[in-house]
Amino acid sequence: MSADLTELYQQVILDHNKRPRNRGKLPTANRVAHGDNPTCGDQCSVYLRLDGDKIAEITFDGSGCAISQASASLMTTQLKGKSPEEAEKLYNEFHHIVTTGEAPEEISDLGAFAGVHTFPARIKCATLGWHAALNALKNDPSTTTTESHTD
Amino acid sequence: MPNWTQLRDDFPTLHQQVNGKPLVYLDNAATAHKPRSVIDTLTRFYERDNSNVHRGLHALSNRATEAFEGARARLARFINAADPAEIVFTRGTTESINLVASSWGGANLKPGDTILLTEIEHHSNLVPWQLIAQRTGAQLRFVPFTGENAEGLDLAAAEKLLSPDVKLFAFTHASNTLGTITPAFELCSLARARGIVTVIDGAQSIGHLPVDVRSLGCDFYAFSGHKMLGPTGIGVLYGRQKLLDAMPPYQGGGGMISVVDYQASRWKPSPERFEAGTPNFGDAVALAAACDYIDQVGREAIAQHDAELSAYAMEQLSTLPGIRILGPRRGEKRSGVISFSFEGVHAHDIVTFADEDAIALRGGHHCNQPLMKKLGLTSTTRASFYLYNTPADVDALVKSLHRIIKFFGVE
Repeated sequence: MSADLTELYQQVILDHNKRPRNRGKLPTANRVAHGDNPTCGDQCSVYLRLDGDKIAEITFDGSGCAISQASASLMTTQLKGKSPEEAEKLYNEFHHIVTTGEAPEEISDLGAFAGVHTFPARIKCATLGWHAALNALKNDPSTTTTESHTD
Repeated sequence: MPNWTQLRDDFPTLHQQVNGKPLVYLDNAATAHKPRSVIDTLTRFYERDNSNVHRGLHALSNRATEAFEGARARLARFINAADPAEIVFTRGTTESINLVASSWGGANLKPGDTILLTEIEHHSNLVPWQLIAQRTGAQLRFVPFTGENAEGLDLAAAEKLLSPDVKLFAFTHASNTLGTITPAFELCSLARARGIVTVIDGAQSIGHLPVDVRSLGCDFYAFSGHKMLGPTGIGVLYGRQKLLDAMPPYQGGGGMISVVDYQASRWKPSPERFEAGTPNFGDAVALAAACDYIDQVGREAIAQHDAELSAYAMEQLSTLPGIRILGPRRGEKRSGVISFSFEGVHAHDIVTFADEDAIALRGGHHCNQPLMKKLGLTSTTRASFYLYNTPADVDALVKSLHRIIKFFGVE
């Protein structure tokens, strides 16, 4: 397997794809948003319970490629306990990683997505769940679509 | 039989390496590669004859007009139309279908009328009908496909659905997703007996199967040039002359008028009525060269070659654990298109991995979202063959798929 592909399909990503964390609907959710990628048909719904200024619980549901599913899964583990501002900051860091391949050491598992930057068509896959989560935090229930984002 | 391996030499794009390996191109349902003769014809036209058609009186314009109208006649012969005037040049299948929907549909459909389609139509043979249904108050109904993998068109259901409220029946000749070749002759006969207008989406059949619009008995036949070895941006709407002549223009502009006043104008007869603006004559001329190439090989032979490759691929793919193959079962008639899926490995991951082996596939919903939903899928991987593919290409695909499903822990 080529170095680029090994870099794209890191163990962390394969693991989250095979054993997604926090997958399914969240009955106690007070915020929901849906994302879709019309080109691929990938879909991702994010359910979260915002308790004051903290994400108390967060789950996702949907279908798509390994990159999109693993990204949404990993995202839920990273966003739990965060405030909307912290979530947005984390997304900006994640976006930087997938578009440039530069991952600061302290960024933990999110750095596994650095390999995405050599496959520009897959950046949308990696950010799909994040867009849905940010929309949920903004209490915007409209479907976010990757076609309206520049990444 | 043509020498399939030798004719690969006619296609310059096939002879390249991708990721250090020889290209295996299995994305022909999306677009086909071009033989040298088509590329040369296009180049020669722009180097020698280029000039605007119809309105000019000078030498180059006359040459260009002759070449353009010669191409129209060649296309008419290619599908056995009764007259070159029945060939309207468009940008492709999508524009051809939009033309019929907008022009014929706008003039003939009213509330309570039904447009009949099938469940497997490409978005380009669905969305234009949704638009005209909304405009006219007509409704859409769909001929079902039976079986959990949409194995076959339900002909008995089609016959029942062709009821008196149906004004138009549009269906694909060959599915871009399932590999199904529909019983187009039977469907046209059923419709014609009831006075229902028929539109065939020929995007996947043109250049792959013998197509004779008069023996099929269809009213309209839409196709693209780029899937039949021709250039992109050129396609054809065939329409029976009587129907075309009764239809209002689709777009207005130069070339399609006979008399223009400030308040109103009168139109030329078809096909010019439907070709407003400077037509795409350069690509039309190259498309005629594609007709020549295909007929030199022979469409019966190409159809058989497609079918043999698909039969071999069906046999080989069936050995892969956990594979689900859509459309006709093994041993049944099939075009050169095969879509499949694996539980636990997404199509886009497969396509990314196959690309590393220089195998060009397509993954996604194939512009067939409602069908995917019906089958409980969001996407499939598709391999599609054409005349320059060989059994070795199938072997490369199967080998690559083994590696991929092993990597994702399915095998």
